[in-house]
Amino acid sequence: MKPDLRFQFSGDTTTGVLTVRREFAAHRDLVWDCHTKSDLLDQWFAPKPMTTMTKSMDFREGGHWHHAMIDTDGTQYWGRLDYVTITPKTGYTTRDAFTDETGVPDTDMPVSHWRTSFTDTDKGTLVENIIDYGSPEALQTVIDMQMQEGMTTTYEKLDELLSDLTR
Amino acid sequence: MENNDAGLDAVFHALGDPTRRAVVQRLVKGEASVSDLARPFDMGLPAFMKHLGVLEEAGLVSSEKIGRTRTCRIQPETLTAAERWFETQRAFWRGRYDGLDHLLTALKGDEHET
Repeated sequence: MKPDLRFQFSGDTTTGVLTVRREFAAHRDLVWDCHTKSDLLDQWFAPKPMTTMTKSMDFREGGHWHHAMIDTDGTQYWGRLDYVTITPKTGYTTRDAFTDETGVPDTDMPVSHWRTSFTDTDKGTLVENIIDYGSPEALQTVIDMQMQEGMTTTYEKLDELLSDLTR
Repeated sequence: MENNDAGLDAVFHALGDPTRRAVVQRLVKGEASVSDLARPFDMGLPAFMKHLGVLEEAGLVSSEKIGRTRTCRIQPETLTAAERWFETQRAFWRGRYDGLDHLLTALKGDEHET
């Protein structure tokens, strides 16, 4: 495996917190725009080969982004990010909920709280996401539910991991 | 606390070799005898058995001797649900931000920056 020093991911099952850091060789204003404007979010938020589709975007405190990530077979995964606090060009906090097409949050699934921050570095901009599921139990619920649907595809997941390693 | 323990390290070590990865990829499709598994590889059986040993020690593969045939199968549960989920999330975020990296490069190109 080639270590990618620009990308760091860590997860803590004991607290239910994930931390994702990524450095970009671009000006902070541009990186900020890519995170906060839906026409730009639509171009990257879902990892390839999935695509992103915005249903509505209201980037202000109290507003939210309602969007779907669409799989190659057409399956739509709806979600909404509710913006709680916004400090322009510096960071924002959100609540991330699973929803359906109407935007109604799925109350069976735990909500995660994201704290996303943007800082200048020598090479460009560092983005940090601290994603808090609130408790190890809530994180476990998410893992269980997402693994349940993925249970039959355990082998495919292992296959993905392997192809990731061989890349 | 990082999501790394000795078990996962052993798994990644085991998968760090092309022969062993090929064996796991073959076994993901279904169980196979040692001789069938060894056939595609240009190496002696003792060398091949060493690779199988590493996979078994990492808990990725189990084998059972029935009569004169030793049959191998994959043990996917070695990666716990949480580890698998973390790996999925890691790959997800990596892919997501690789996409953003490409977009930023394209946007900077539009602005005629270097």
